[in-house]
Amino acid sequence: MLARRHDIVAHLRALVPGEGVIDAEIERRAYESDGLTAYRQLPMVVVLPSTTAEVVAVLRYCHAEGIKVVPRGAGTSLSGGALPLEDGVLLGLGKFKKVLEIDIANRCAVVQPGVTNLAITQAVQGEGFYYAPDPSSQIACTIGGNVAENSGGVHCLKYGLTTNNVIGVEMVTMEGEVLRLGGKHYDAGGLDLLGVMVGSEGLLGVVTEVTVRILPKPPGARALLIGFPDVEGAGACVAAIIAAGIIPGGMEMMDKLAIEAAEAFVHANYPLDAEALLIVELDGCEAEVNHLVAAVEDLARHHGASSIRASTSEEERLLFWAGRKAAFPAVGRLSPDYYCMDGTIPRQRLTQVLARMKQLEARYRLRVANVFHAGDGNLHPLILYDANQPGELERAEAFGSDILRLCVEVGGVLTGEHGVGVEKRDLMDTMFDAVDLDQQLRLKCAFDAQSLLNPGKVFPQLCNCAELGRVHVKGGQTRFPELPRF
Amino acid sequence: MTIHKPQQRADVAEIITQASADGTALAIVGAGSKLGLGRHAPCADQLDMSGFAGGLDYQPSELVLSAGAGTPLAQIEALLAENRQMLAFEPPDWSGLLGAGGSGTLGGVIATNIAGPRRVKSGAPRDHFLGFHGVNGRGDMFKAGGRVVKNVTGYDLAKIQAGAFGTLAVLTDITLKVVPAPETSVTLVLRGEDEQAAFASMTRALNSPHEVSGAAFLPAAAAARAGGFGGDATSVTLLRLEGHGPSVAFRAGALASMLAGGDVLPEAASLALWREIACVQPLLQRTDSLVWKLNPQPSRAASVLAEVQARLPVTSCFMDWGGGLLWIELDPAVPDAGAGVMREALARAGGHAMLVRASEALRAQVPVFAPLEAGLARLTARIKAAYDPADVLNCGRMYPPVVS
Repeated sequence: MLARRHDIVAHLRALVPGEGVIDAEIERRAYESDGLTAYRQLPMVVVLPSTTAEVVAVLRYCHAEGIKVVPRGAGTSLSGGALPLEDGVLLGLGKFKKVLEIDIANRCAVVQPGVTNLAITQAVQGEGFYYAPDPSSQIACTIGGNVAENSGGVHCLKYGLTTNNVIGVEMVTMEGEVLRLGGKHYDAGGLDLLGVMVGSEGLLGVVTEVTVRILPKPPGARALLIGFPDVEGAGACVAAIIAAGIIPGGMEMMDKLAIEAAEAFVHANYPLDAEALLIVELDGCEAEVNHLVAAVEDLARHHGASSIRASTSEEERLLFWAGRKAAFPAVGRLSPDYYCMDGTIPRQRLTQVLARMKQLEARYRLRVANVFHAGDGNLHPLILYDANQPGELERAEAFGSDILRLCVEVGGVLTGEHGVGVEKRDLMDTMFDAVDLDQQLRLKCAFDAQSLLNPGKVFPQLCNCAELGRVHVKGGQTRFPELPRF
Repeated sequence: MTIHKPQQRADVAEIITQASADGTALAIVGAGSKLGLGRHAPCADQLDMSGFAGGLDYQPSELVLSAGAGTPLAQIEALLAENRQMLAFEPPDWSGLLGAGGSGTLGGVIATNIAGPRRVKSGAPRDHFLGFHGVNGRGDMFKAGGRVVKNVTGYDLAKIQAGAFGTLAVLTDITLKVVPAPETSVTLVLRGEDEQAAFASMTRALNSPHEVSGAAFLPAAAAARAGGFGGDATSVTLLRLEGHGPSVAFRAGALASMLAGGDVLPEAASLALWREIACVQPLLQRTDSLVWKLNPQPSRAASVLAEVQARLPVTSCFMDWGGGLLWIELDPAVPDAGAGVMREALARAGGHAMLVRASEALRAQVPVFAPLEAGLARLTARIKAAYDPADVLNCGRMYPPVVS
């Protein structure tokens, strides 16, 4: 394939004219990794189409020639979902930047996949609407990437993930066929193919247009900052809030190390005596918000809160959030590097999981700061390490894998919102057996029989569609020698 | 016909492996309440999944419930109600519509992906379906998803399973997200609006921040069949508000003032009314009629309805989901069950139509689900083959078998 590189580049230039094909090594460098920077690979060539017709042409050509393709949005994936291949085309959708239609009567917006998550809200907020999923990278990440990863955010317990807020896509298959899934109407009318496209990590098709549901903005919101002398109290309070029939707009937990780091960074007046901090945001009309703030205050007191503050202004609410939103960079100041994990657990196992994590900290001689989407059990342990110390990166990654295995062991999952990508593909067998994985691979084969689209992501083994048709592919078969492993 | 009644997942796998080897089509049946839904395509044998009832694993504070696919929905709803929780998608009881008793099983709700009036705010079964264990058409026992509400590990196979009418795999165990039940609910009633005005009112309400969780329009004849409105002889536009007491009280006032009028139907009457709407009761004028469910782009609901009324013998109709759902009853004598007109209207307006109630003969001849354009049809056939290569699971229930 690499021997044919010149030829391939020339062909692609004919399909995507102008500056749409990037060949020079120095320019390709910009695409060598995504948000998971420990993994790097220079792509064979980068193609930046600007129309669906160009995407079709590129995919048809690559399909006919057996060339692998890696789709990419803004490249903010934390799991290596957009990691290039040495012998593959990197297909960037960055030129698809238009908001095509805002349809207030149908409460939806039609946008191109390179529009950022936040730009959708900005485009509709004048009409009193917003787009609900709000991954922390929302300034930079694109809606196309959100569709690929089924992105979440702090509001998804109440308002759902990307999959619950995307109602239609136009996509191009690896064969170069344009399909429209869903639309402005409710429900699929046939098999829910949109449902499997969302979260398929760029393995099933290239999305070229997205229709999203937009929601009327809640009239108001208040946040509570609640300190607890122990994690158990905070966990019990979260369970009690939900048992009381309250679904907060956001409910976040931070442990002591994360509280200290955030406070030192943004001075949000977080309670430094607390072992665990809850931020609970209640949104809705004023009558509802005030009613629920009082109810949550009562529950917090009942569960032994050491401090309770309720925001009394929008400024104060945003300050409460500032510490949480800056938690990653704040923790980054404690250590030259950190490694962000993303498991989900049943919330009732939180205390047990945190205790086990303490033991692992001692074993791996690395510290962990925990931030936690408490409402839905999505943990983000941040493992602190120094890549310049020999062996620390490897220790951090082994530690991370142990944390994810622990999440699965207690009834949870490997990833709540960051995706499997290359990072966690070798852990897939902790959650799924060979038969489970085969069923997923069969779906892949129905969309992309030659496994040309984003190969090497999500699955620990090569998808051999011909063989899947007859017998199970057992573990330990063909791997991906070209991809780095850690 | 052989009726298999397995008790264990391994028995299901064995039965399907054998059926797949013999090419014997299996009809997947839970309580049988939705057997009249979908294409009519008789299967040689029956796989009765009622043995997979129970096995409940439910922790209210985790907002997650798992149960066997054959568990009666009524049992699950009663258990949730005891814990002041519910299924957000408000699964409707279509027994009156389909002429079969009961609301069926959990597996049937997932297989058909049917949602009630709250669809407009809270989504369909697919939006709350977190994971499952099942057996594909090859006889492989597999699982997908998980038992937590936030999970992106691997493809979201639950989504494609919801609404597949049992044509891809047989589910044995199902995990759903559940939510707190609203403390109270009321309905704002606007009287005398026509379709256009009703759509405008529903849209203003749904586009407001008042969290409307039901938006329906009953023309006068349909309103007369809904319990509360017996003799009024006017159309009603219905806007439901649910939630915590003080919030519902405030929003009901704010919404009435925004729409300059309306009476507030208190909780008991409101609950009864929306149950009737979920059951499609206001539509049903006669027992032998054809019933269509149309999902147009909401803003085109009134024009689609006008076109259908102009071209077909419509005996009754109403709108739900703020115009996103049109229920239409037709005189049974209409040629092709009215399918040509329905689909032309929706091709222009965007959306799809399903023939919900018709004779077995009609449901064998007329496409029950919206016909797929060529690319989607090919992909759908490849996916069916990926799950069920011998085409034994509910063979022909969605689309006629692909003849190769």
